[in-house]
Amino acid sequence: MTDIGYVRTEMLPEQDAPSSAVGVVHWIRVNLFSGWFNSILTILAIYFVASLLYGVLPWVFKSSWTAHSLNECRESIVAQYGEGATGACWAVIRERYLQLLYGFYPSELYWRVNLAFVGLLVAIAPVLFAGIPRKVLWFSAASPFAIFWLLWGGTIWLPLSVVAGFVLGYVAYVLVSKPAGSLAGTIAAFLVPVLWWLLLAAPVASGLQSIIPLASESVESARFGGFMLSVTIGVTGIALSLPIGIVLALGRQSDLWIVKTICVGFIEFIRGVPLITLLFVASTLLNIFLPPGTTFDIILRVMIMVTLFSSAYMAEVVRGGLAALPRGQYEAADSLGLDYWKAQRLIIMPQALKISIPAIVGNFIGLFKDTTLVSIIGLLDPIGLSTSIRANQEWNGIIWELYGFIALMFFIVCFSMGRYAMYLERKLKTGH
Amino acid sequence: MSQVIEREIDRSQMQVSDEIAIQITNMNKWFGSFHVLRDINLTVQRGERIVVCGPSGSGKSTLIRCINALEEHQEGQIIVDGTELSSDLKNVDKIRSEVGMVFQHFNLFPHLSILDNCTLAPIWVRKTPKKEAEEIAMHFLEKVKIPEQADKFPGQLSGGQQQRVAIARSLCMQPRIMLFDEPTSALDPEMIKEVLDTMIQLAEEGMTMLVVTHEMGFARQVANRVIFMDQGQIVEQNEPEEFFGNPKSDRTKLFLSQILNN
Ligand SMILES: Nc1ncnc2c1ncn2[C@@H]1O[C@H](COP(=O)(O)OP(=O)(O)OP(=O)(O)O)[C@@H](O)[C@H]1O
Ligand SMILES: [Mg+2]
Repeated sequence: MTDIGYVRTEMLPEQDAPSSAVGVVHWIRVNLFSGWFNSILTILAIYFVASLLYGVLPWVFKSSWTAHSLNECRESIVAQYGEGATGACWAVIRERYLQLLYGFYPSELYWRVNLAFVGLLVAIAPVLFAGIPRKVLWFSAASPFAIFWLLWGGTIWLPLSVVAGFVLGYVAYVLVSKPAGSLAGTIAAFLVPVLWWLLLAAPVASGLQSIIPLASESVESARFGGFMLSVTIGVTGIALSLPIGIVLALGRQSDLWIVKTICVGFIEFIRGVPLITLLFVASTLLNIFLPPGTTFDIILRVMIMVTLFSSAYMAEVVRGGLAALPRGQYEAADSLGLDYWKAQRLIIMPQALKISIPAIVGNFIGLFKDTTLVSIIGLLDPIGLSTSIRANQEWNGIIWELYGFIALMFFIVCFSMGRYAMYLERKLKTGH
Repeated sequence: MSQVIEREIDRSQMQVSDEIAIQITNMNKWFGSFHVLRDINLTVQRGERIVVCGPSGSGKSTLIRCINALEEHQEGQIIVDGTELSSDLKNVDKIRSEVGMVFQHFNLFPHLSILDNCTLAPIWVRKTPKKEAEEIAMHFLEKVKIPEQADKFPGQLSGGQQQRVAIARSLCMQPRIMLFDEPTSALDPEMIKEVLDTMIQLAEEGMTMLVVTHEMGFARQVANRVIFMDQGQIVEQNEPEEFFGNPKSDRTKLFLSQILNN
């Protein structure tokens, strides 16, 4: 019998891992050449990417930045790089980038757009990142009105009377819910501001303006265009469609038959029609229904349609999140004595929205890209502008440079949204 | 099945007062056309500890869920702490904040830390200032012996710890009645004891408790009444000694022989 007892007498020192287990070589081995199949894929992929770059890079860099027409571009490229050379004509971007960014906004007022954009960034910061002081949220709440006033100008009484609508809604809620219950209060809080906005806000604003004139130079919607237009429509749609979508999703689950039917009807109708038909309705049909003589701003109409369209999808996304929550969460909230709205706000929605983050952000990205459809009803977003630039004699025939630039701008925005969503998901992860 | 509880139990505190905590009279409930609770009559004195047992599907959960209006009853009367449960939402909210409930699957809020789980309802329902709510929460977390987990999230705790947090969360509302729906059924055997210990401690402090459980050891030691339900009815109720030693109905005998044999 051999002795199986064993006692270590000398402890081993720590040693560096062999170079095959760490570092670049290790990474390449594990990730790119872990087997024959993986190795073949890697080689094919490298070949593909290399030939793509080989084709594209010369075009990107053998370019002309200074010409004033497409022909001039081509000539200067040939002159510089020899007969047969083809390259990008970035001169078109150089010449037209202001237009692509601001549309036909008066150039002496560009600062207003820039200021509005900075305001937007400051306003969304506390919403996006928890580290920003909470007080900035007050700025966020005020910023939509300030931003719209900056962009469109005109009397300051108009945005103020729109704000007054919210105040009236709150007052109506407090006054009505005391004697008549919170449902009646909610209805009043909805109806009073809507009536105010539709019927009284504009006359009151112009009345106040005639008493105390306070106005900045106004810029009409026809001059809006470029990325500024896309961002205006996109951000409005994004900011409004999530709350509206949440309300619709809750309405769809409601015990009140009439509320539920309205919500389901709305969602199913909107999801059943293409956005472009809604935009056509916005651009042409709506005028027929409005009282003659009223002007209802085209950009406002488009923003409403885009928001409604997106909120129907948002409602379904949120409903998916709600459905994924176990019933026990509702029961625990109920058994602690939380009422419906508190339970929704503190327990249900934070979890449902967290589950839905990827889909919600997917919707946001879709919405932002869909803003390019407004070019079809004649608004001058970057796509609309590119059509008119290409119709121009000098730039007739230019395609890749223009669309490449537009694509790049959209990519930056959409990619950032996607990355932010991933950051948020990681941050909110509380399980194992 | 029955967990041995090696522990001296202080019965001096476990006095039952004459005051009535819960009174259920001629209560009936249907799920659609299914008559799930039939003519339930039950009076619970303040300080009483009642264990409810019975085969699966007999309506135990439904009964105790009716007491804090998680389920609606269609006939009869339920009076909790002097307030009748009706469709009036004010009464419902009042009763719910007085009655704590512990679920089989804990139902902690996974997106909130343990401390936030415990302070949420006091802050939002009772309007307790945050600091005070946190002190109360820490007090009860100490009581269930996990104050050091306060900053973790539910997903990072073991089942037994989660259930103790759930008990602490209910206690933070300082309820006068506690309902337990199979609080140990989802736990591994070694964790059952820690939860039962917490519940025994509660009983010793005179809490009125209604516990659905098959832990007969717990029932023998703590309960002053055991109720046996079958097919939506209360079939037998008695003191634990009598109930286990000398069951009257055949159904009870059959049920006891089944659960005590495995
Ligand atoms: N929401 C519901 N809708 C319809 N039927 C239900 C519902 N909840 C429970 N039931 C039925 O009512 C009966 C009693 O259910 P209950 O959950 O009260 O039983 P239980 O005694 O708690 O059983 P278990 O020991 O399995 O938990 C069962 O037959 C069940 O199928
Ligand atoms: Mg049950």
